[in-house]
Amino acid sequence: MKKIEHLEMVDISKAFHGIPANDQIRISVRSGEILGLLGENGAGKTTLMNILYGLYQPDSGDININGKPVKIRSPLESIQLGIGMVHQHFMLVQNHTAGENIALGYKQTPFFFPQKKVNDRIVHFSRKFNFVIDPQKKVWQLSAGEQQRIEIIKALFNGAELLILDEPTSVLTPQEIKDLFVILQKMKAEGHLIILISHKLDEIMELCDRVTVLSKGKVTGNAETKKVDKKTLARMMIGRDVIFNIEKEEMPKSKEVLEVNHLCVVGDKGHPMVKDISFNIFQNEIFGIAGVSGNGQRELVEAITGLRKSDTGSVHINGQNITNVSPRVAYDSGISHVPEERIKFGIAPGLYLYENAILKQHHLEKYTKNKFLTYKNIKEHTSHLLKTFQVMAPSIHVQTKNLSGGNIQKLILGREISQAPSLLVASHPTYGLDVGATEYLRKQLLKRRREGGAVLLVSEDLEEIFELCDRIAVIFQGEFMGILDAQDSRLADIGMMMTGSTRIESTL
Amino acid sequence: MSTKQVMMFKVNVTDRIKITPKISVLTLLASLGAGMVTIGIIFLLSGVNPLFAFYKIFSGSFGSFYGIKETITKAIPLILIGGGLAMAFRAKFWNIGAESQLLMGAISGTWVGLSWGPHLPAVVIVPLMFLAGFAGGALWGVIPAILKIKYAINEVISTLMMNYICAEFMIFLIVGPWKGKTKFGFPYTDDLPATAILGLLPGSRIHYVTLLLAIISAILLAIVLYKTRFGYEVRVIGENPEAGRYAGINFFKTTLIIMAISGGMAGLAGVGEAAGIHHYLSYPDSISSGYGYTAIIVAWLAKLNPLFVIVSGLFFAGILVGGDAIQISLGLPAATVEIFNGTLLVFLIMGDFFLKHKVRLVWSKPNQT
Repeated sequence: MKKIEHLEMVDISKAFHGIPANDQIRISVRSGEILGLLGENGAGKTTLMNILYGLYQPDSGDININGKPVKIRSPLESIQLGIGMVHQHFMLVQNHTAGENIALGYKQTPFFFPQKKVNDRIVHFSRKFNFVIDPQKKVWQLSAGEQQRIEIIKALFNGAELLILDEPTSVLTPQEIKDLFVILQKMKAEGHLIILISHKLDEIMELCDRVTVLSKGKVTGNAETKKVDKKTLARMMIGRDVIFNIEKEEMPKSKEVLEVNHLCVVGDKGHPMVKDISFNIFQNEIFGIAGVSGNGQRELVEAITGLRKSDTGSVHINGQNITNVSPRVAYDSGISHVPEERIKFGIAPGLYLYENAILKQHHLEKYTKNKFLTYKNIKEHTSHLLKTFQVMAPSIHVQTKNLSGGNIQKLILGREISQAPSLLVASHPTYGLDVGATEYLRKQLLKRRREGGAVLLVSEDLEEIFELCDRIAVIFQGEFMGILDAQDSRLADIGMMMTGSTRIESTL
Repeated sequence: MSTKQVMMFKVNVTDRIKITPKISVLTLLASLGAGMVTIGIIFLLSGVNPLFAFYKIFSGSFGSFYGIKETITKAIPLILIGGGLAMAFRAKFWNIGAESQLLMGAISGTWVGLSWGPHLPAVVIVPLMFLAGFAGGALWGVIPAILKIKYAINEVISTLMMNYICAEFMIFLIVGPWKGKTKFGFPYTDDLPATAILGLLPGSRIHYVTLLLAIISAILLAIVLYKTRFGYEVRVIGENPEAGRYAGINFFKTTLIIMAISGGMAGLAGVGEAAGIHHYLSYPDSISSGYGYTAIIVAWLAKLNPLFVIVSGLFFAGILVGGDAIQISLGLPAATVEIFNGTLLVFLIMGDFFLKHKVRLVWSKPNQT
């Protein structure tokens, strides 16, 4: 097995459907070193690592190991070169034991009684890096930290010199994070190369020797962690200093529309995802929630729109208690919702445009009479929507899945706005859209604000947050790190707040 | 690195953007055609001239007065069950249990007929029997729906297994408590009283009340599916359950109703078979002869449109009748019809893939390194 002393990726570029995900990226890492790869979601970190792992082919650029260029066409080739990857979502067979999972994909596994040989080696690795794994336990019985260790051992079994860890701490408890860091330090001392993908400043500062910062597919900074402070890194990550550049008219603060009180929500895996969040939104106001996705935004939005039950706390709209009501009651009380993942939640892709144009409203009196749908009204409404919201479609008789993402999103937004809701909840409304559609959608949100609506905007795009919002809350691991007025100069620290390094006393 | 120059081709599959009625009809005809050719090859391998076999099937089913009468008789249960299955499949509920939902309908209908038939006139007892049959089939259909929603039990398994449970239950009834006193020890129930027996069109086995019921309900189901709020919700849930939840549609309630309809329709067919054809209950496979399974193909061929089920039901009834004809005249085994149906279903499903995707072969040179 060749040992990797030094690995570099030079001028790597990769585009998906013409949109660059990686643009001339350079990184390098050497034996006994931990390199941090820092950036927001969508900055291109995972794409870069998938290229290194052989899952994607770069459009241009080279990968050099010990100074010699190599081609990595598949994960198999990358494993042979000594590269291992621990994915954010573990790739384990839940009903098999830890030992069986490790044996699977391990070349030297004998055909008969594979566990025996594998178990011996597991014990060997466990001693070496000082952690405990019971090879007889089934994967579903293990904690996230233990499953991660299985993934690490799997990589080591295959002779990995270089270990890539994609957001390794996102599913771990604080104690498990500490244990992981001890293991990684030991591996570093053994001469392994480690690349750690993260958007958390603190762990980058604690664990890494050097850090490369990515933003929107480009390298925006390189630094040794000893010689840099968190503030500088946060600035590199956002790509620029925060500028205040708002062209929206002042609106008098009026009636309170939404009131959320001490809300706690549990996520799909049973962990608390929203922890004691309180805020309110007024008429003529856009309230933004900034943060890296996966920090509880989805659970918060689902609790407000009735899609998920909350644990404790309350939600009121226009003074009416709508805590834990059904989605239909939430809608009828005045909450519209532009969901994230529009295709997955927002439409029935195989149904016609006019059928999707009334989704969620089909029970209203103008579209249902005596249990029958009034197609005449529905089609008129749809034609009107297409015109008003500039949805480009050949006719209302096409299957909705044939529209582009931008047009589907315009249709959903139009549908949700057309009933003039008291509160519009918009989750990542411009994610993945082109510039034109993005601008149009943002203008529509501002228009809604002008017309007396309240808007809750959840977005990862800080530009969007700053351009649109009157007040901004920053969410990190289910908690608000502060609610600030858009004019507040302390928003310059938003990068620190998003990564959980700073908490600011709310101004409002 | 060696540089072998090998021409390679890869299969390029993309979504078809626009599905016109013309393409739909063409793929339907093409898949039927391809299925027929394959079946023809099977005939050839068993030493039968395929053209002669197809001619025999056609003349045995649609080509003679007797054939047409038999075809319509067999189309009745297929249309009833197929319409119900089309609804269930629209909601993406894979109901494989129509066979036992039919039997449950036959059991409950017969029970009502035997118990109250002697004391009531036909105009009362016949509707009562159909009601009971619908209820029996609906009950049997609702159970797997509850199991799926409450306990996440796969409906394909549960509906299929319930077919066996029901068949054994029926055998228990006919050899045990319901064994007829007038049947000389045979495992049959007594005959239904005259008022409970469905009238036939003269000179045929067509029980016209059920035929009427089948056509009316196919039309009604089409109206429900395409014109009502309930039908809209069914289609939304089937297309994207997440969107259904987002739209505030009650998944539990909708699925229960759908399975009550689907099972109930099969139950109606069961009453028709018991009271129109057999007049008593006997072994499950003589009461139904697999209508509940054949109707799955009927529903698919109709593109899950209850109205088209009338046509596809007639088509498959023709194949059943024609299949019987060639078994007799050409001495082919009884499994011939099943092979026929299965082959056609495979090709119909493949046709659906080609309808939804564009498939191209792309010749390419190996990547230059």
